[in-house]
Amino acid sequence: MLRTPRLTARAWIGLAVFALLVIIALAAPWLAPHDPLEQDLLAASLPPAWATDGAWSHPFGTDTLGRDIVSRLIYGARPALIVALAGASLAGLAGTLLGLLAGFYGGIADALISRAVDVWMSFPAVLLAIVLVAVMGTGLTAVVLAIAIIDWTRFCRVVRAETQAQARLDYVSSARVIGLTPARALLREVLPNVAPLLLTLFTLEMGIAVVVEAILSFVGLSLSSDTPTWGGLIQEGRLYVHQTPWLLGLPIAAIVVTVLGFNALGDGLRESLDPVLRR
Amino acid sequence: MGSLVLLRRLLLVVPTLFGVALVVFVLMRVVPGDPVSMMIGPGATAQDIATLRSLYGLDHSIATQFGYYLRDLVGGDFGVSISRKQSVAELIAQRLPLTLELSSIATLLALAMGVGAALAATHWRDRWIERCVDAATGVITAIPDFLWGLLGILLFGVLLPLLPVFGLMDSDLRFEATSGFVIGESLLRGRLDVFASVLWHLLLPAAALALPLAAMIARVLKASLTEVLAQDYILVARVKGFSPWRVLWREALRNALSPALTLAGVQFTFLIGGTVLIEKLFGLPGLGNMAIDAVTSRDLPLIQGIVLTFALIFIAVNLLVDALNSSLNPRLRGH
Repeated sequence: MLRTPRLTARAWIGLAVFALLVIIALAAPWLAPHDPLEQDLLAASLPPAWATDGAWSHPFGTDTLGRDIVSRLIYGARPALIVALAGASLAGLAGTLLGLLAGFYGGIADALISRAVDVWMSFPAVLLAIVLVAVMGTGLTAVVLAIAIIDWTRFCRVVRAETQAQARLDYVSSARVIGLTPARALLREVLPNVAPLLLTLFTLEMGIAVVVEAILSFVGLSLSSDTPTWGGLIQEGRLYVHQTPWLLGLPIAAIVVTVLGFNALGDGLRESLDPVLRR
Repeated sequence: MGSLVLLRRLLLVVPTLFGVALVVFVLMRVVPGDPVSMMIGPGATAQDIATLRSLYGLDHSIATQFGYYLRDLVGGDFGVSISRKQSVAELIAQRLPLTLELSSIATLLALAMGVGAALAATHWRDRWIERCVDAATGVITAIPDFLWGLLGILLFGVLLPLLPVFGLMDSDLRFEATSGFVIGESLLRGRLDVFASVLWHLLLPAAALALPLAAMIARVLKASLTEVLAQDYILVARVKGFSPWRVLWREALRNALSPALTLAGVQFTFLIGGTVLIEKLFGLPGLGNMAIDAVTSRDLPLIQGIVLTFALIFIAVNLLVDALNSSLNPRLRGH
């Protein structure tokens, strides 16, 4: 992989969505028209600005406590981004490490890790996430840890299969012949060749992490209600769906755009890297 | 030999089951706070606590506790729910049927939608229909059932209020299914009003569960249809003068269906897992809904029982898919 692969249109779209999310998260204090926690009961349940009773001071209206929805949405990009990056990184790290071990060494390591994957795949992911967060206590760290504990298997299965395939190829035996220890052959030769696949898995996992956070907020197990999250907005929106349907619609739109963006990035990267990657 | 592969899979279930029990046991023991102090109200004496501890075997070592726990599980004893003061096994037996009915309807819906979309896209190849199906399957698989459920509530419950979005049946109907299978029992007992109402109420939740699976079936089936259509016997059928639909429906579909069905089997477990949230979202009294209640009320025996039930279903479904797969696909035998 000497040349940089050309990115496809889909990869660019995905990158744009990701960049937008990062900018919104970083610049939240400047972008948001209001303090996301500021309550104004006189301006409660305002509809979006273009509706008859709307006001441009609250472009997408307010919730039942008079908090500005667009501000809450903008601040919600922060936990979403943190959970996406940290959750996917941790899950990727654990899964890759175990996948490399199982695929490269085989034997007992492989048997143990594969059984663990089997056991993990026997639980419904959502239920496991809910139970884990209930056990660990709520908060950002618990959510990130829960994502890693549940989704390491996604990385592990793929990396294990790919490592098994790579380890049989000549270049790995050559590396061993010139005196590289197994561990160094693994890190220096096998890992770089598994990397493009990992990148794709990572972007997909970011999308999953955003949804998991929303789900945990929805069942009331994510962050405290003082921190605006998209899942928290969905939960509030569902309670008052008939009074303020926009309160439910906006965070759903935000999550859908983010998830589709991350998916486009993953698919796009796979397409872009494919000719280089394929055997 | 296919039976050998299957035997191997069957033997591997034993360590998996053991692992599942171990994970659940560990999970329940690391819950912060003493389980006994959660069961017992304030004002309990030290004597009460000690009695309860020995009653639940908590005064033994962890290894002994795990041994007792395994013995109870094998005997089908899941304990007593703390919040509902009822046998966990009984509670699960009451709630599981609805979850199974919901998942079955969703699977049927997914098969119908997926097969329909694949057939349409193959029949009208290189037309706008194929491009629509391709674009739609991409978007639909990317979005999980939870978000489809929310979108459904927003679209068909609020903006265009056509469908019910909460509860199992119209509130003026009274029906107790002794077996728990509301749909099956209402039909058998001739309560068509209940039957229709429940189906109507399950339409949106089932559709939310079905959409991602339908899109995946459509994609796989379309690919395998394209492959099958390129084969000689299809040409023969065409030369014989069969209509394009007949070639597609009678000749090609039968042979293209097996990979799609295998996928449907594997994805079926994800669909069952999805019921946890969908039932909560649509207020359906199934197992998943009870699972979330059990977590919020910290009802450890109940959580444990439900998680184990789901795990058992997952393992059984996977085994079944393996068996189906090796009997349908001769190429997989002998590995």
